Amino acid sequence: MSELGDLNQGDSLPELRVTPDKYLPHRYAGASGDFNPIHIDPEFAKAVGLPGNILHGLYSMAQVAKAHTDAAGDPRALRRLSVQFRGMGMPEQEIVVTSTVKEADGGRVVTDTEAAQGDNRIIRNAEAELEVQ
Amino acid sequence: MPINKDAVGKEWQPVTYEVGLEKIREYARAVGETNPVNLEREAALAAGYRDVVAPPMFCVVYSAPAMGPAVLDPDVGINLAAMVHGSQEFVWGEPVCAGDVITTQPRLADAYEKDGRGFYVFMSESTNQDGALTVRGTWTNIVRVCES
Repeated sequence: MSELGDLNQGDSLPELRVTPDKYLPHRYAGASGDFNPIHIDPEFAKAVGLPGNILHGLYSMAQVAKAHTDAAGDPRALRRLSVQFRGMGMPEQEIVVTSTVKEADGGRVVTDTEAAQGDNRIIRNAEAELEVQ
Repeated sequence: MPINKDAVGKEWQPVTYEVGLEKIREYARAVGETNPVNLEREAALAAGYRDVVAPPMFCVVYSAPAMGPAVLDPDVGINLAAMVHGSQEFVWGEPVCAGDVITTQPRLADAYEKDGRGFYVFMSESTNQDGALTVRGTWTNIVRVCES
């Protein structure tokens, strides 16, 4: 956690990269209780105009959260996270979470952060606040 | 179809959720969490937690059961087929550990129309068995409107 206190404005947190496998949305549905068929049934998703079953937005948000708790080394450090869901996330494509420090004041760090699959920014205009206990 | 603002301020029945150790593990594994404090009791205790601690975003697991009836309420009148989850904010308080009992109170904070779309802003407040706030959520759902 000590590294957090060394961050300055303009620094980047370590990138988080994860590729959700084909069945990840099913496991996330079970873990979260969100069984909306657009996330787990490719045929249903296509019937309602989607390219296929799409990732849960809150799964992608959890990856943004994880990038921050990993950087801090402790889940308690994440105090706030706000995100906008925009592009649709797809299974079997790598998610890259990038975060840049925009405020650093002793033990408190605020980042601009986003998650993207290639050029498709699935979470944008996101802001996270970390605090060293 | 205009946005019905009559339900703004409405609160729904609080929902209580008992946090199980294996549910935390199941969630932690699904999101790829590898921090031992989220998986192993000994590691969590050594780090000063009361028991295995949930990753922050586990808040969706214990607060979603309270949000469902609010989003589905005919008084709010959301057309679910035209709804997307537009944005989300969480502000965390006390960590949530296995064995905690969390109660979540949902409320419709705002409903308004902008650029031909309806914005429905729900707030949730979750507290643990000691009355300490664990998370405050702001859930913004966006609905395509003006199709009448």
